[in-house]
Amino acid sequence: MSEVVKFGRPKGFFETFERRPGSIKKNMSYCPGCGHGVLHKLIAEAIADFGIQDKTTLISPVGCSVFAYFYFDCFGLQVPHGRSAAAATGLTRANPESIVIGYQGDGDLAAIGFNAFIQAANRGENYCVFFVNNAIYGMTGGQMAPTSLLGQKTTTSPYGRNALTEGYPLKVCEMVSQLEAPVYVERVALTSPANILKARKAVRKAIKISMEKKGFAFVEVLSGCPVNLKLKPADMDKFIEENMTKYFPLGVFKDVADEREPVKRATPVYDRAKVEETLYRAMPGGNEAHESLESPLFDRELRVKIGGFGGQGVLSLGLILAAMGKYRNLNVSWLPSYGPEMRGGTANCAVILNKGAIGSPIVDSNCDLLVVLNRPSLDKYLPELGENGVLMYDSSTIKDAPKVKPGQKAIAISAGDIAEEFGNLKCANAVMLGAIGAVLTKYYLTPADAAKFQETAEAAIAECFAGKDKIVAMNAEACKLGYTKMQNAQS
Amino acid sequence: MEYSNKLLLKGNEAVVYGALLAGCDCFFGYPITPASEIAQTAAEKFPLLGRTFLQAECETASINMVMGASAAGRRVMTASSGLGISLKQEGVSYIATMELPCVIIDVMRGGPGLGNIAPEQSDYNQITKGGGHGGYKVIVLAPGSAQEMCDFAGLAFDLADQYRSPVYLLTDGVVGQMLESVTLPAPRPRRESPEWALDFKVNPRTNYLTSIYMEPADLEKVNIHLNEKYARIEENEQRCEEYLADDAEFIISGFGICGRVIRTAAERLREEGIRAGVIRPLTLFPFPKKAFRKHAEHAKSFVSVELNNGQMIDDIRLAIECSRPVSLVNRMGGNLVTVDDVVRHVRKLAKGGN
Ligand SMILES: Cc1ncc(C[n+]2csc(CCOP(=O)(O)OP(=O)(O)O)c2C)c(N)n1
Ligand code: SF4
Ligand SMILES: [Mg+2]
Repeated sequence: MSEVVKFGRPKGFFETFERRPGSIKKNMSYCPGCGHGVLHKLIAEAIADFGIQDKTTLISPVGCSVFAYFYFDCFGLQVPHGRSAAAATGLTRANPESIVIGYQGDGDLAAIGFNAFIQAANRGENYCVFFVNNAIYGMTGGQMAPTSLLGQKTTTSPYGRNALTEGYPLKVCEMVSQLEAPVYVERVALTSPANILKARKAVRKAIKISMEKKGFAFVEVLSGCPVNLKLKPADMDKFIEENMTKYFPLGVFKDVADEREPVKRATPVYDRAKVEETLYRAMPGGNEAHESLESPLFDRELRVKIGGFGGQGVLSLGLILAAMGKYRNLNVSWLPSYGPEMRGGTANCAVILNKGAIGSPIVDSNCDLLVVLNRPSLDKYLPELGENGVLMYDSSTIKDAPKVKPGQKAIAISAGDIAEEFGNLKCANAVMLGAIGAVLTKYYLTPADAAKFQETAEAAIAECFAGKDKIVAMNAEACKLGYTKMQNAQS
Repeated sequence: MEYSNKLLLKGNEAVVYGALLAGCDCFFGYPITPASEIAQTAAEKFPLLGRTFLQAECETASINMVMGASAAGRRVMTASSGLGISLKQEGVSYIATMELPCVIIDVMRGGPGLGNIAPEQSDYNQITKGGGHGGYKVIVLAPGSAQEMCDFAGLAFDLADQYRSPVYLLTDGVVGQMLESVTLPAPRPRRESPEWALDFKVNPRTNYLTSIYMEPADLEKVNIHLNEKYARIEENEQRCEEYLADDAEFIISGFGICGRVIRTAAERLREEGIRAGVIRPLTLFPFPKKAFRKHAEHAKSFVSVELNNGQMIDDIRLAIECSRPVSLVNRMGGNLVTVDDVVRHVRKLAKGGN
């Protein structure tokens, strides 16, 4: 191998290695007979010949080629051990116009980085990977690699790799070529001049595929590490050709480059109008549609708790109330039961409405309006009702009238029954919402605010079930019904 | 059509809106409760604006995707919770060393181990002291509402650029899951790739990014440079909200959901005639030492309210150089500290108890 490394320094390398600290600026740090240097030359020559240096980022792994960025005259990124494929994904997704070259050793790619690698391959990320299989961990002093051969003695397999304990050498080309996405998969070796020529062709083909944005291209390179395999450079080639290629046969495993269309990625949109259209809420009247409330009820914080079985619409009733508050320019918070409380099939949420800043969003005392749709919630939350608090309960599930303290009100509405009659039990929460409106109208709201109740409720329902027109209409109807029924009951 | 920028959003949704409006280009994440709505909202909204959303295969991958996208000169974000945040730490250390800007959200859940999905604040020490290997720091913001989740996303990107540093939004499951009214800011134009970025459209190919310095002298220089930056951050970026603090005898402190609980508690204590006030840190690194020191001049006693085993309390003690007693009101395992818990504790302090 030593004689074939002789051709001159290709243009894709720096003239002097300014990125390399210290005084040695002309030489690479690889051992004599090391495959890395040869593969570097093939890649450097290709990026120069293709005129893509300005656009190319080469990702240096952790391993003997950790300093690859010293040498390549292009953008350089050095990444954590095994994370090359993830970093490459980030680069190419963020900037689809750039050309990204991954360069990894066998420990880096096939051990610590295998998941990142195989996932990037499977997604068909648009970049190419050169995989240096030297059957050893070079940098750390000759430990066993996932690609070390059976019987191969390394510093961590001193008795020779044993399939029973260490498993078999990992056949990466064989695996990756089974996936749908990869475009091109070939295994080459850096031994005879003929093999190096093949490797050169493979390197150029893989880079071309990246330039054409056709997706994921992969070249495994059987490569020498004479130092750690304790072989003379001349015997190194023999080892690769006689031992490694038996288990890791050379050749093209997959090539669908001609059939593939270029990968297309979206262009980020920053146009102000388009961004607003996407993230803001379409609403006739815009922000002006939010009108403030006059009723003195809202001069202080209002604390609401709603409890019931999961599926009774407890959370969405809270959401609708919160949305209504937002429409009337209040600060609102909605906190669903969450974590340990969720167990046992009961759900609850706390809603706070406040003209000023809301402190704790948790309602566990001083509750102004408690709405319960089942018995367990009544028992659990009634002690939290404040001095002049209002309890509203579904009398279709809670039969005996609960006892409340003097000053507190307990108001029944058979929300479940009414909803069933209406044709959908799921609307019990909307019936309850209407009933709340009637109670507020009777006791608390100014006529002007009361007149807006149904309109605000409908806007809130539309917001909470956005895009589901039928459900919106049905709930608005049920809300009206609940309002009328409660009004009749109260008069 | 007219548009309203007033929305009802969960904290986890608001942060995505805030990021997009601040010009975030890419999101890489992996699902985990109670942070999943961030990835879900990003999955929905990013593609609508031609931006990149990708569900990574794991948190290790997602943080390295963040590294790649940041290196490419783009605004990029990721989000997770506790255990997922632990997995990201290797990458964050590299990112901090290469001085790449990015935004990371940690919606904390119960720990240690697999813990549970209920709210906790037990990643405080991990994140505010750096989080991964080596002596680096990250800027840590502490949003306590959906509005702040939105606004701090924008602030985080700006600080990340200004200091070339990862910036965390460290919050808890309650703030992530809670829905509140949010007023969205105006959209910002795309931020141009910085001069160090590996972006061929604006920069020469001489740019490279690395975090390996084999010569101890070189690596020491890098560390000195980073620590000078952290000193600048400590000097310039301390932020907190002070409430009823100016004449307070008792300063109560907490962030995230606790920052909300203590606000209500202080109001209640004032009604009882107990002079309680609040310092709510908005930055956890840098810790708002100046505010604590200032109020240590008049406050008798400090209280740290936390959903963990008592972590921020050490920073309060350091900030006031142990010049006043600092006591802890805490819950763990996903339980919340209530307003009553805090009120009872301070009442006892006011009566001369401990
Ligand atoms: C997280 C982590 N674990 C372990 C290491 C130590 N390490 C450095 S290089 C290496 C193996 C590299 O072997 P390979 O990828 O085959 O590259 P080669 O040196 O053979 O080219 C290891 C384990 C590291 N840098 N990072
Ligand atoms: S140790 Fe092996 S892989 Fe590393 S530079 Fe030397 S020969 Fe190459
Ligand atoms: Mg190797």
